[in-house]
Amino acid sequence: MGQQGIEVILLRQLASYLSMPIFIVDPTGTLLYYNEPAEALLGQRFEETGAMAQDEWATSFRPISGDGTPVPEDQLPLVRALADRHPAHTSFWIEGLDGVRRHLSVTAFPIDSQSGRLLGAVALFWEAAP
Amino acid sequence: MKVTLWGTRGSLASPGAETARYGGNTSCVEVRGDAGTILVVDAGSGIRRLGRAVPRDIHRLDILLTHLHMDHIQGLGFFAPLYWDDVEVHIWGPASVTLGLRERLQRYLSPPLFPVRLRDLDCRLTLHEVTRDEVEIGEFHVRASFICHPGPTVGYRIADSRAAVAYMSDHEPALAWGNGPGSPEWTSGYDVAEGVDLLIHDAQYTADEYAERIGWGHSAIDDTVTFALHTGARRLVPYHHDPSHDDEQLDRMTAHAREAAASSCEVLPGCEGATVTI
Repeated sequence: MGQQGIEVILLRQLASYLSMPIFIVDPTGTLLYYNEPAEALLGQRFEETGAMAQDEWATSFRPISGDGTPVPEDQLPLVRALADRHPAHTSFWIEGLDGVRRHLSVTAFPIDSQSGRLLGAVALFWEAAP
Repeated sequence: MKVTLWGTRGSLASPGAETARYGGNTSCVEVRGDAGTILVVDAGSGIRRLGRAVPRDIHRLDILLTHLHMDHIQGLGFFAPLYWDDVEVHIWGPASVTLGLRERLQRYLSPPLFPVRLRDLDCRLTLHEVTRDEVEIGEFHVRASFICHPGPTVGYRIADSRAAVAYMSDHEPALAWGNGPGSPEWTSGYDVAEGVDLLIHDAQYTADEYAERIGWGHSAIDDTVTFALHTGARRLVPYHHDPSHDDEQLDRMTAHAREAAASSCEVLPGCEGATVTI
């Protein structure tokens, strides 16, 4: 894989210093990185999962709505942020790779380079009240 | 190709007896191809002397700006070919999010900072906004890529059919490292410097100085060597010397870099006036 854009490299570095769980995906939705706080939510270390294609991570964490129905992939905030190039927010439940269910609020936004090129998207997670 | 260092200093021109060997002029490098193409990389105060070395019968010149900090553009108005009406000059450089390259350059090339306006230059001037471009200029293939430095800043990789040089005058790759460089995918500037025959790279600080200036956009000499080894550069010119470093200090830093690089990468002193043929 070629070198990431400097904006994405710096975002990853910033994410590695923050206590908020953060996901970074590329323009195709491939998961490039998640930080240690996100590892705690998802139940698996990034070094163990590595980069994951969108259809893989979107189903691995089993996002479900409050009524127990699966959240369609195209309704996930990261996917919407990429598709619409606009921030997206929602809440859902996930079952992490460790098998634990968690209630999450998620805000995602696209990463537009200074030249207007879409470089990917970032999602910030908060653990919501059960 | 021949690569000549016309200005090696960073931040501020620093002439004087104590900087005579490494030079006091700010960033400017000439890359001259075998077929006569001349690329001028950055337009610090060193570009004035380069202007006297440009053949008067040249038809086209290209100036590649890495960014628009003052030490990289302050010589523009003193570059003689800009006042030759029979020469085509192309200036390449990054825009900002809100201002185009022309507007950004006009902030300097206009009163009260400079008496001559950009539009008043005699040459046939064309401006090109650089993003992540690859272009052919004469016999050269030029690639620009944004690198880690405050504000829009690019590094340039210039290659002909036989060799490649990378120019990264202002670059702090260590800001995006954890405990040393990671994979190429996550290393700022890797795609510019990978496997080049000559790497001209920011080495403004000693390790102790860098510890007090993290995030300023420049590198410690140790990180410069690490980056050169990581990218597989064959030769390294430490560059963008701090104005406070005299020749003796720079000798010590060059020796330190040579020791750190050992036999993996040849370290050449970044002296103004030096020419490297690759």
